Amino acid sequence: MASARHYGIAAATAAAALLFGCANQAGTEGATPSAAASRSAPARYVPPADPYPSTYHPYPGVPTAITGATLYDGEGGRIENGTVVMVDGRILAVGGADTAIPEGATRIDGRGLWVTPGVIDVHSHLGDYPSPGVEAHSDGNEATGPVRPEVWAEHSVWPQDPGFSRALANGGITTLQVLPGSANLFGGRGVTLRNVPGRTMQSMRFPGAPRGLKMACGENPKRVYGGRNQTPQTRMGNVALMRATWQRAVEYRERRAREPNTARDFALDTLVEVLEGRMLVHNHCYRADEMAIMLDMGREFGFRIASFHHAVEAYKISDLLRTSGTCAAMWADWWGFKMEAYDAINENIPLVHNGGACAIVHSDDANGIQRLNQEAAKALADGRRMGINITDEVAWRWLAINPATALGIADQTGSLRAGKRADVVLWNGNPLSVYTRPRQVWIDGALMYDMNDPRRRQVSDFELGQPGEGDVK
Amino acid sequence: MRALSILLAGIAALAAMPVSAQTIAITGGRVVIGDGSEPIDGGTVLLRDGRVVAAGAGVAVPAGATVVDARGKWVTPGVVAGFSRIGLVEVDAVDPTNDTRATTSPFNAAIDVAPAVNPEATAIAVSRAAGVTRAVVSPATGRSIFAGQGAVIDLGGDMTPITRARVFQYIEMGEDGAGDAGGSRASAHVLLRNALREARDIARVGVTRPDDVLLTRADALALIPVLQGTQLLLVHVERASDILQILALRGEFPNLRIVLVGATEGWRVAPQIRTAQVPVIANALVDLPASFEQLSATQSNLGRMRAAGINVSIGMINDDEARQVRLSTQYAGNLVAIARVPGHTGLTWSQAFAAISSGPAEAVGMGGEIGSLRPGRRGDVVIWDGDPLELATGVEAVWIDGVRQSLENRQTRLRDRYRQPQEGALPHAYDPR
Repeated sequence: MASARHYGIAAATAAAALLFGCANQAGTEGATPSAAASRSAPARYVPPADPYPSTYHPYPGVPTAITGATLYDGEGGRIENGTVVMVDGRILAVGGADTAIPEGATRIDGRGLWVTPGVIDVHSHLGDYPSPGVEAHSDGNEATGPVRPEVWAEHSVWPQDPGFSRALANGGITTLQVLPGSANLFGGRGVTLRNVPGRTMQSMRFPGAPRGLKMACGENPKRVYGGRNQTPQTRMGNVALMRATWQRAVEYRERRAREPNTARDFALDTLVEVLEGRMLVHNHCYRADEMAIMLDMGREFGFRIASFHHAVEAYKISDLLRTSGTCAAMWADWWGFKMEAYDAINENIPLVHNGGACAIVHSDDANGIQRLNQEAAKALADGRRMGINITDEVAWRWLAINPATALGIADQTGSLRAGKRADVVLWNGNPLSVYTRPRQVWIDGALMYDMNDPRRRQVSDFELGQPGEGDVK
Repeated sequence: MRALSILLAGIAALAAMPVSAQTIAITGGRVVIGDGSEPIDGGTVLLRDGRVVAAGAGVAVPAGATVVDARGKWVTPGVVAGFSRIGLVEVDAVDPTNDTRATTSPFNAAIDVAPAVNPEATAIAVSRAAGVTRAVVSPATGRSIFAGQGAVIDLGGDMTPITRARVFQYIEMGEDGAGDAGGSRASAHVLLRNALREARDIARVGVTRPDDVLLTRADALALIPVLQGTQLLLVHVERASDILQILALRGEFPNLRIVLVGATEGWRVAPQIRTAQVPVIANALVDLPASFEQLSATQSNLGRMRAAGINVSIGMINDDEARQVRLSTQYAGNLVAIARVPGHTGLTWSQAFAAISSGPAEAVGMGGEIGSLRPGRRGDVVIWDGDPLELATGVEAVWIDGVRQSLENRQTRLRDRYRQPQEGALPHAYDPR
């Protein structure tokens, strides 16, 4: 069951980020204290621009060409009898049967098969609410206060969550954003990961991907805190506390500019990054009327919401979403688990798309992330039944370029385009059919899953020595 | 009390009988019987007085029958939700609309879901529009391992949802059961044995009930049919060792008619389940070690158990079971899909469809009534515009007990209202149609 519904009780300790001593190792710009600092005047601490930096590196691949397949390029294009060539972790070429293939490249006969860019999930809690879902693993909501922009979802990510491997093998997921939960108005920072196994979170972090700020409207924050007789207890309380917080961030930013020695506030630092356009807002928000208020709030304080998440009533305001350039990340057919999900309809995604706004299929769920292609297929069919005729290849945008855009990584991934990261899924049939599964998945050109090769089945540390180790899942 | 509720159920059953004595012939479609047999092209389904008369090839259409042309379509029995709580909930998180469990009730085994089933719950109409016509409806546990007695219902658009009340007793015996029993599985087993002994005691005519009892009189009485094997015992367990402990109960209580629910690790003890001839209602796609009792979860669970000769059905155990039984077809389709993945054991198409039709019907002892288009079954029929397990397929028509059903619901009404989000000369609220 999704944490969106069960906002959970966080047992996590606050992420008390101790930066001292890290600056040199971080090795990032602005992180070099003066070597000549005297004893009486200690070197001024200069925080690294990117603490906890990505150490991800692509795994080795071999030049590979898939030929004869049906290609959905992720931006709405389709090529029959298509060829995609991967070299040195990047897509070298995408085209028809006449596409040049480098000598020595491994050739894969894709006749009867489909090729798409790797699927991207903008809303996951893998690692933060890992399997097994025991209390000791409940690391997704720092529900100790409704304003917690100082916490970072990446500091909760457990790389050994078996869920990552299921998302890869069954869902063709190559990139995902792990977000804090929705108990808080300001839940904290999200992190975008490459879906590769690693010993550390840092070895999974998508290099250069902007971090996100998770915000939440509606029932969850007011239930969590209202239930404790704290603010917020109402939707108007939600908005009041959000506004007060943004106002503090505006003033903090101005004060820091005026007085550089102003004490750092990690919570407000996060919000300043948003105000300066360096961090994207991902806003858990179900109801149409609340999304409209949040868009106004963005205008009031000068921030832009990259995407509304869950957005079950987005279909009621597709015009507003189009105008604001805000994406809606949606389920195909979840509904009714709480009041703000009561007006969900099966046609939400195609209606948003048809209204000219940016539609995304998301999971928020360790099971759903394994079937985002199926969720897209259901929504697409429901749209067609009401007369919204979207082609298969255009619908694939919902799983590829649109989520990549919302995450600020569209220049890196999200479509089959020469020069981008070679994040590629070869499906054993039409990926919008229930009968289809990934056959092979490449991340940065490295073959990370192959259904025909048991040695390409991941087994997390947790699963070692347990019943079912190494089984198909 | 019991006599009264039996009487009431009888009246409900009478009222559920179709009012029309109509003969309907659905012709020319690809007919799926639902019993695991292969689909029949160009078949006919003949309904009379709310029951299936015949289905398949070479069925003559009698004069005067209402003929429905299903050429190019698929015609199947309605989907049977193998495990659900549909009709007991309107909005999960809105407690007054959620009748799945009674956490402070003095009663447990005596609880009977039948009077709580709301045929006008939105989930009923939404699920019907997706081809689900019957459902196994279970209560959830409150503060005992015994949840109470579940029913089989229809999803028709009328006020008589109960097909059969008190079909089974539902109990938790895994992690949840341990919690319900005060903290351990061992305690759950003692509680279960003690309760069955109390049922045995109270069933003895003329013998005074001992003083040192844990169960209320109503709860003890409710367990008599379980003890005697006239009511099924649905047991939720997931772990392989828990399954074996449940199977062993019959050494002590030989008349128990057990159905395993959940059984994520069933594949690891499939021969023992097969030998015990116990049916299994399982989640189709559980593949994560979501708990320590599901460590060896795999989507091959149903396929491997089916291959071992076990009657397997798809249910939605703690998986949006009050609202999303319509996902049964998608889940079944996925079990067909994995058959093409090396190492996996899936189901054939016909086995998969049976797992959401005749399979669950037989598991709860109602295979003679529902779940297939064999002669004599209730006239629950769906016409689909394609393969019913495929994601793009839609439902074109539904009959329940031979009565054509509306496919409209709140969701379709909202869809129609918001085809255009912009409001016109008057706001949307003035334009209900």
